[in-house]
Amino acid sequence: MTPQQERLALIRAGLSARHARERRFRLYGVTAIAAALGFVVILFGIILARGLPAFTQATLSLDVAFDPAIVKVEPKPERAEGQSPADHHRALLDWQRKVTMLNWNRVVEQAVRAAAPDTQAGARQILSIVETNARFELRDMFVADPSLLGKTVKVDMLASANADNWLKGNIDRSLPDANQQLSAPARALADQLREQGNIRFAFASHIFTNTDSRSAPASAGLAGAFVGSLYMMLVVIVLAVPIGVMSAVYLEEFAPKNRFTDLIEVNINNLAAVPSIVFGLLGAAVFIGWLGLPLSAPLVGGLVLTLMTLPTIIIATRSALRAVPPSLRQAALGLGASKTQTVFHHVLPVTYPGILTATIIGVAQALGETAPLLLIGMNAFVAQVPGTPLDQSTALPVQIYLWQGNENRNFFEARTSAAIIVLLGLMLTLNAIAIFLRTRLEKRA
Amino acid sequence: MNTTIIAGLLLVLLAFAYQAGWSRSTRLAPADGGRLHSRPVYHGALAAIWALVPALLILGLWALLSETASRAFILAQLPPEIAGRDPAQLEDAIRRIRQIASGFGVAGDTAPFENAAAQALREFNALTFAVVVAAAAGTGALALLAARRRITPRLRARNEVETAVRLGMVACSVVAIATTAGIVVSLLAEAVRFFTFVSPIDFFFGTVWNPGFSTTGSAGGDYGLLPLLWGTLMVAAIAMLVALPIGLMTAIYLSQYARPRTRGIVKPIIELLAGIPTIVYGFFALVTVGPFLSATGQAIGLDIRATSALTAGSVMGIMIIPFISSLSDDIIRQVPQGLRDGSLGLGATPSETIRRVILPAALPGIVGAFLLAVSRAIGETMIVVLAAGNSPFLRLNPGEPVSTVTVTIVNQLTGDTDFASPQSLVAFALGLTLFAMTLVLNIVALYIVRRYREQYE
Repeated sequence: MTPQQERLALIRAGLSARHARERRFRLYGVTAIAAALGFVVILFGIILARGLPAFTQATLSLDVAFDPAIVKVEPKPERAEGQSPADHHRALLDWQRKVTMLNWNRVVEQAVRAAAPDTQAGARQILSIVETNARFELRDMFVADPSLLGKTVKVDMLASANADNWLKGNIDRSLPDANQQLSAPARALADQLREQGNIRFAFASHIFTNTDSRSAPASAGLAGAFVGSLYMMLVVIVLAVPIGVMSAVYLEEFAPKNRFTDLIEVNINNLAAVPSIVFGLLGAAVFIGWLGLPLSAPLVGGLVLTLMTLPTIIIATRSALRAVPPSLRQAALGLGASKTQTVFHHVLPVTYPGILTATIIGVAQALGETAPLLLIGMNAFVAQVPGTPLDQSTALPVQIYLWQGNENRNFFEARTSAAIIVLLGLMLTLNAIAIFLRTRLEKRA
Repeated sequence: MNTTIIAGLLLVLLAFAYQAGWSRSTRLAPADGGRLHSRPVYHGALAAIWALVPALLILGLWALLSETASRAFILAQLPPEIAGRDPAQLEDAIRRIRQIASGFGVAGDTAPFENAAAQALREFNALTFAVVVAAAAGTGALALLAARRRITPRLRARNEVETAVRLGMVACSVVAIATTAGIVVSLLAEAVRFFTFVSPIDFFFGTVWNPGFSTTGSAGGDYGLLPLLWGTLMVAAIAMLVALPIGLMTAIYLSQYARPRTRGIVKPIIELLAGIPTIVYGFFALVTVGPFLSATGQAIGLDIRATSALTAGSVMGIMIIPFISSLSDDIIRQVPQGLRDGSLGLGATPSETIRRVILPAALPGIVGAFLLAVSRAIGETMIVVLAAGNSPFLRLNPGEPVSTVTVTIVNQLTGDTDFASPQSLVAFALGLTLFAMTLVLNIVALYIVRRYREQYE
């Protein structure tokens, strides 16, 4: 055998082992990708499976009689001639207090009894299947329209969270009485009403229109958090986009290469990687501690998120500017345009799609941020839709955080997942808009 | 209403100044027989800048001072026996007077002095508002006149406007520096206050974390950083154990083996993981991964708690996969094609090429990506808040609950406004530690990545 043949034999002998190693290596790669894709599927699958049922909720529809024997109150006061607004307001509040003191629970109870006359359940058990704020809804109906007295109207009321759990089977139906959230007669009543069609599963629109509620968990909604997030995003867009774009333009097009601009560059790259919670500490110390801005205000949240989003927008805008061919600048300069004119009239317009994408990605990132908001008090319980960016408010991700910690786990796990679906839906919509606009703008350019 | 008036005033001033500058420059042009140095647009813009800046300055000053001024005025109106009352009653009196002055009125009867003060306050408010608006408009108009007088065909209006624009841009770029400075200064200032209660040595080298309650206002408690640091590092290490192999192999497969079509579908799906808010991962860990790991542990005879370092770490690993895979993907693609072709041409299999040639060449960049990922894992908050169990003890077992630096910051500071007790101030010392750690990691990582890029460019 010649040395060449020997070497060839040696190579041949090792070949099958090497090919086996090659196949193994590819298998590792495929496994890794399968694992990553699997995580995506599992994550979305579980959130959807848990959250979608929460979008329908057990709703009672009952004939409610505003019985004068229970609703005993004088007529609503009118504003007299010469009465000051403050005094009238007080008289009105007095009347409303009297209306509130009425036993609205009796009205609710009678309505349920009318639908199921032969129930074994006592007053308390009956009320335990109806959402606690049903009585306030009836009261508000009456305050808005006092002529309802003595009439019978059909009203839709939410069933309580516990009744919803029971009817949906979120709680094991075979558990002994001691471990059930509802008493046996109340469960039987709920089942009976469901059979009669008085309880149906209706789309839970209140998730979008109501604010958070502690006393009436079944009617808790996202409206307050949504408006809070909206205000913060407005602040972010109004501040972060102009500041970010301007500083990107300066650094990329104008800045001389010196120590100072180097410092700014290193700074921005580092800021992009600073943990978000550190921005929360900055907000707590500077905006709230030193400047005395109010706690829990979307304005402060927006400022903190603006500082957090700035590096994203700056970095993305700079790379968009860098992608503009130098010939464009040279042509403009060659025709006598000044540096500023070149940049603002010719270079910047070409980068609009890139800036737009960067903005939307930055806003989406800010929309999902939770940790810094906890430090500036946006996890306070707020039962109102904030009217201005200075009112107390929460935000969507913070609402998710608050709901996941609720004691009524059976009910709030689904509710939290529903809130997550809303948040993810918003973020996906934002990203879809970004992609759509980018393709349209790029086509035109 | 006042805001509307002011906004309207500013708009009118803006439009008027722009128009004045524009028209004057166009009228001058033919009169002089020559050409304008700058186009009329720039003359208009310059006049607008001249008019708006002083008006805005005056309004800004008023916004800062008006509250103090109106308060001082009310105090001056109050009879001495009321003005001498304790602060809470005084606040109440001021509030009542303001309500009467606003026209809404207060419930019940009003004292004569209140009515008088309210009347005076109303007049004072109207007067100051009129004066301020007039002053703003007046200075604006004066500045406009001066600007208008400056306009000649030779005036370099464009250059001046461009200087103003450039100044504005510099101011915008400084925001980034101001943010970093703000972070460093605020964290340092509050941390120094914390170190007046607890010595830095006890903080950095203490092994017990038990800060007690903030109501006592004393330092009474142990503020040892080490248990928190240990928890942070353990969770980050578990996360990297999950993320590094999966992320790296994904990047290798997608860049070296996958067809472009497959790559185009798989890559965006994996990057979806990067866009999901961390609170969602936290919830996922809490309700799904934790119970699953705990049940698995029971099945094989291990005691794993539902909220533990393992739960938080593995979910955090999932979160970091796209981070590692897209960074490594970029870096692997930067390895010159020649190296690959050479290795393949000599008869190496693709996997041998990757392991012996591409990975060694890309190693510095991958190390940089790894460090960046570690810094993200260390700073991650919501996953650990929900899924790590918050138990600040030095434990080796990853199946036990832990606590991390970020969790403790949230626990110590949430909803606190009064940063006076060491219990809330410690959050800033922890934040400073966290900031320093991530800063060092980032600088090293960016340095390595940059060096690596230069090598192949």
